[in-house]
Amino acid sequence: MLEIRNLHAKAGEKLILRGVNLKVGAGEVHAIMGPNGSGKSTLAQVIAGRDLYEVTEGEILYEGRNLLELSPEERAREGIFLAFQYPVEIPGVSNLYFLRTALNAIRKHRGLEELDVMDFMELVRERVKLLGMNEALLERPVNEGFSGGEKKRNEILQMAVLEPRLAILDETDSGLDIDALKAVAAGINAMRSPERAMIVVTHYQRLLEYVEPDFVHVMADGRIVRSGDKELARELERQGYAWLEEEAALAQENRS
Amino acid sequence: MSTATQDIQAFTQQEYKYGFETPVETETFPPGLNEDIIREISARKREPKFLLEWRLKAYRHWLTMKEPTWANVKYPPIDYQKIVYFAAPKGWKKGPKSIEEIDPELLRTYEKLGIPLHERERLAGVAVDAVFDSVSVATTLQEKLSELGIIFCSFSEAAEKYPELVERYLGSVVPYTDNFFAALNSAVFSDGSFCYVPKGVRCPVELSTYFRINARNTGQFERTLIIADEGAYVSYLEGCTAPIRDSNQLHAAVVELVAHDYATIKYSTVQNWYPGDKQGRGGIYNFVTKRGKCLGKYSKISWTQLETGSAITWKYPSCLLIGEGSVGEFYSVAVTNNYQQADTGTKMIHIGPNTRSTIVSKGISAGHGQNTYRGMVKILPGAENARNYSQCDSMLIGNECGAHTFPYLEVKNPTARVEHEASVSRIGEDQIFYCRQRGISTEDAVSMIVSGFTRQVLQELPMEFAVEAQRLLSVSLEGSVG
Repeated sequence: MLEIRNLHAKAGEKLILRGVNLKVGAGEVHAIMGPNGSGKSTLAQVIAGRDLYEVTEGEILYEGRNLLELSPEERAREGIFLAFQYPVEIPGVSNLYFLRTALNAIRKHRGLEELDVMDFMELVRERVKLLGMNEALLERPVNEGFSGGEKKRNEILQMAVLEPRLAILDETDSGLDIDALKAVAAGINAMRSPERAMIVVTHYQRLLEYVEPDFVHVMADGRIVRSGDKELARELERQGYAWLEEEAALAQENRS
Repeated sequence: MSTATQDIQAFTQQEYKYGFETPVETETFPPGLNEDIIREISARKREPKFLLEWRLKAYRHWLTMKEPTWANVKYPPIDYQKIVYFAAPKGWKKGPKSIEEIDPELLRTYEKLGIPLHERERLAGVAVDAVFDSVSVATTLQEKLSELGIIFCSFSEAAEKYPELVERYLGSVVPYTDNFFAALNSAVFSDGSFCYVPKGVRCPVELSTYFRINARNTGQFERTLIIADEGAYVSYLEGCTAPIRDSNQLHAAVVELVAHDYATIKYSTVQNWYPGDKQGRGGIYNFVTKRGKCLGKYSKISWTQLETGSAITWKYPSCLLIGEGSVGEFYSVAVTNNYQQADTGTKMIHIGPNTRSTIVSKGISAGHGQNTYRGMVKILPGAENARNYSQCDSMLIGNECGAHTFPYLEVKNPTARVEHEASVSRIGEDQIFYCRQRGISTEDAVSMIVSGFTRQVLQELPMEFAVEAQRLLSVSLEGSVG
């Protein structure tokens, strides 16, 4: 479904991704871990099309197509969803209206009829129930005045309504207490399906206790330096990231 | 520059769609201002003597005044001797006429503006007075309204038919000594609307005036006077457009409202004068004095304005809260894009006991636009238990625009309660990207964010115009985010 080859990207003059290679197939859940500043979030944003980053080398293929040619909204309509690390507030725009506009933009792109308010409400109510969310959040402006946990849950709700083919969850676990973490994990698990791939970006291993990944990758210094199964995540939890940074420093020396 | 920024900028560079010119022969006075011009205007309109006297007094007073400089706007000096003070379509005759007598070019103009004057095509539930340059060309639904005792006509017609009402109320809210532009208007005002709603009558339709400047180098100086007698209710809306020209044109209007006991006047404005081009050439100078007097107890005056046009806007729709328990409201959305400048706000003067006022102002600046909120809340010693709530929010789109807030507060009664809240926000690339990541295009994202920001004000507009207002708002901002 997704294939990233030798991806280099910079922000301004600063090179952040230095040759990322990653293959994600339908139905798989990939966890990407790594220390702060290793490029995890940048990778997530580059896949979604954020133009703060410039791709200088390499390519991203999505369903066999060159993803880098598509605008962010085209990528979204083609089924790529990014759950933001810091969901953005949009004052005065109700969550419901926002979601319906998004869903209909995507449906229109796929040649489906737009959903009217009644059908849409039915769908949303069902998903809200599934995630154990408070329905009152729907009427409130997008993310405005939401607690950290509510914002993250709202991202998961959006994912559940928009039903992407590839979902990227960027530090969806950060800042959550244990109850919120469990709720968010349950939402993610409910969305797992053989047609859907997920990339879970996280700093800690704790989300992975609830969302079991098929593959774990470790990023350092803008590259994936190690890949494995969920055992790798446990190892990282025990050892921390210090050894990685030593390795990265060594690699740096070899380069220069 | 990032591509998102470019996309957003491209989107805000939309054309002004009302910029066409009507090919109609126009009769104009020579440019310049003196007593003879004023006498000529008055004679053309067959005005009663008191009105001419009043104009001349205003003119003599104006000569002693200086143009104000305190507003946060910049423009080259205006040469008042280069302006034409009267322009009318050739063959224009005063007085009511049937639709067949109106020049078809004029009818087409209003159709193009979305204001059909023909009986069969009219907007349902709206009576329209159509003002073209210095004269009113048609007023619809007059007969229907007169069955209820409601007078709705052009100001010139009112001066001739109802001189006692005009004499009693004209200048009673905005005296000609009030300010430079009000004095000028009092001397040379040409046309505008007049409305009187009698005791106990609730006006069943929206009353509306559509102002159109067409002639070149001509100033428009209209005067509107609305009186709601005891227990009456009226909702009035004005709309304004002008052709695209590369020189600036002056529009200096005066609006006076009077509400007696238990009466309510709701006054809405959708101002879309030509704003000038992307480099700031041309556009209307909109210097307007609007004031309402809540004379009677428990009377209410509510101003709602959507200001998207004009190169410069200078206006402060205000309320004098005299009657016990009277209520003043001001809801405003002002947009400045490209090189537009707006200095707008309100004055709420609490004079009577238990008076209340609410101010909600939303300023949006984009491009190189400069947007200033200037508001005064004054609680006089007799205003026992007065209350005011003010909220001023500014939204910035891009990095080269500005938002400014000048709240003035004067409280002379210790029982008063006054609240003020203000905020500044920016449409960020992060908001736009968030929307786009959900599949929403940049255009739709901008209009969604802006409509969320302005919703509190736009929902005050009469329903017939709310949709149009929403659309106008997104058009005015096209090309502005970045």
